[in-house]
Amino acid sequence: MSTGNRPLSPHLQVYKPQLTSVLSILHRMTGVGLAVGALMLVYWLNAAAYGPEAFERTQAFLAHWFGKLLLFGWTWALFYHLCNGIRHMFWDAGKGLELPQVYLTGWLVYIASVVLTLLAWTAGYGMLGGSY
Amino acid sequence: MSLRTDLGRVRGLGSAKDGTAHWWSQRVTAVALIPLSLWFIYSAVTLVGIDRAGFKVWLNAPGSILLMSLFVIALFYHMQLGLQVVVEDYVHNERNKIFLLVLNKLVAVFFAVSSIIAIIKVAFGG
Repeated sequence: MSTGNRPLSPHLQVYKPQLTSVLSILHRMTGVGLAVGALMLVYWLNAAAYGPEAFERTQAFLAHWFGKLLLFGWTWALFYHLCNGIRHMFWDAGKGLELPQVYLTGWLVYIASVVLTLLAWTAGYGMLGGSY
Repeated sequence: MSLRTDLGRVRGLGSAKDGTAHWWSQRVTAVALIPLSLWFIYSAVTLVGIDRAGFKVWLNAPGSILLMSLFVIALFYHMQLGLQVVVEDYVHNERNKIFLLVLNKLVAVFFAVSSIIAIIKVAFGG
């Protein structure tokens, strides 16, 4: 199909961001971010298969502040994608599609993802006995 | 009066020529990933700062090998389906699009198989 020099219709950027649109694109962004996290998982498993030294190095990288930052991001991305994925399943079943419900569940998903992330990290630091 | 042919109606594939297979697979893997990813996060928390010997003990525990294998299979299947849509939405050059779609599938299988081999090696190897 030849589109020639026809003018383009206004694209997404002209619209004011709303909770609905922001959460929608976050679902995709966290999905792509988790794909990168999956790479880390493959690397981690293969390091363990390679031997104790390789595994120690990978564990040391993850314990470094930058590794922790990545893990924290992936934790939140996973909880967000998980919670919002469940929200999508309710929509698939035809439930929760009224605008007030969409906003309510949107906020719920956002709050749940933050709370669950903080809970997981508190538990994780608990595992270390507060040693770092 | 509908202008659709009987054959078109029977095939039920619509204009995307794809039917509901992709959509359905994405939901099935998503359902599997709800318990599996919660289990994975719980495990990851209990494994904070572990050494390889401890990791091997954990992987040998009942259920760990099975759930870890199921997790990576569901994860990379779901990842492949999701990234496919991202490529289809944003890559408009036909050659690049097909290249990325094929690469996406092959890489997903590579990572899933590589993960499972690594899991087996750690659990049963030295």
